[in-house]
Amino acid sequence: MMSLFNVLNIASTGMNAQTVRLNTTASNIANADSVGSSVDKTYRARQPVFAVQAPGLAGSGMSGDDKGAGGGVNVLGIVESNAPLQMRYQPDHPAADEKGYVAYPNVNIVEEMANMMSSSRSFETNVEVANSAKQMLQRLLTLGQ
Amino acid sequence: MPINFQTAVGVHEQALKLRSYRAEVLANNIANADTPGYKAKDIDFKGILESAHSSSDKMRTTNSKHMGGDYDGGASPELLFSNPEQPSADGNTVEVHKEKAEYLRNSLEFQTSFRFLNGKFKGMKSALRGE
Repeated sequence: MMSLFNVLNIASTGMNAQTVRLNTTASNIANADSVGSSVDKTYRARQPVFAVQAPGLAGSGMSGDDKGAGGGVNVLGIVESNAPLQMRYQPDHPAADEKGYVAYPNVNIVEEMANMMSSSRSFETNVEVANSAKQMLQRLLTLGQ
Repeated sequence: MPINFQTAVGVHEQALKLRSYRAEVLANNIANADTPGYKAKDIDFKGILESAHSSSDKMRTTNSKHMGGDYDGGASPELLFSNPEQPSADGNTVEVHKEKAEYLRNSLEFQTSFRFLNGKFKGMKSALRGE
């Protein structure tokens, strides 16, 4: 029953991906008000990019060919948002430019909160999947007893 | 009376195999619930098991052009794409609530098959003991 062990691998890739997502969200929310010394150096919202993992990486199907169920989810990388920065008029701010504007990060707090809820729910779902796979495996070990 | 393992264990061994494979497929769907463009997959459990179960009285292939079509219990079963009720804008067709419910059902059915299989083994054991 290698498939059930594979469920644990797949669920762990899911948990890993959601952890990365939660990490970027935490970083975005923490840096929502960090002003940079210039427009180029200002923090930009970061998001992970998810992709299906090739089946061969986390294990494959019953016969070991490439028609397996899939290998879970993979984080391809982290991209920075291209949305325009928030320019706030704060002439007294030490980081203000000559016109009196300060560049604030393009983090959308509402979006980040929604992302946070979604990722923690997805994480929980993956934990439940791993847990019930564990129960199935433990049950299987008692076969014939 | 000789004990034939194949007939004693019956279809439950293959059912367990398929159930654990289906758990893998569904776990992969749930793991990819947030992957853009991912298409949810599933197996046609009933069809595969029926073809496996009826392999004793399957259609005979008397010509080289005849197709078999029975599940030998070893190769990966064919994966089908499931149709979403509410497709999302990023092309992902996983509906987590549905997948979760299916996973739960699959896990319960796994336990059912397991109980049947375990009962068969228990019966054989007591037959061997002769108590």
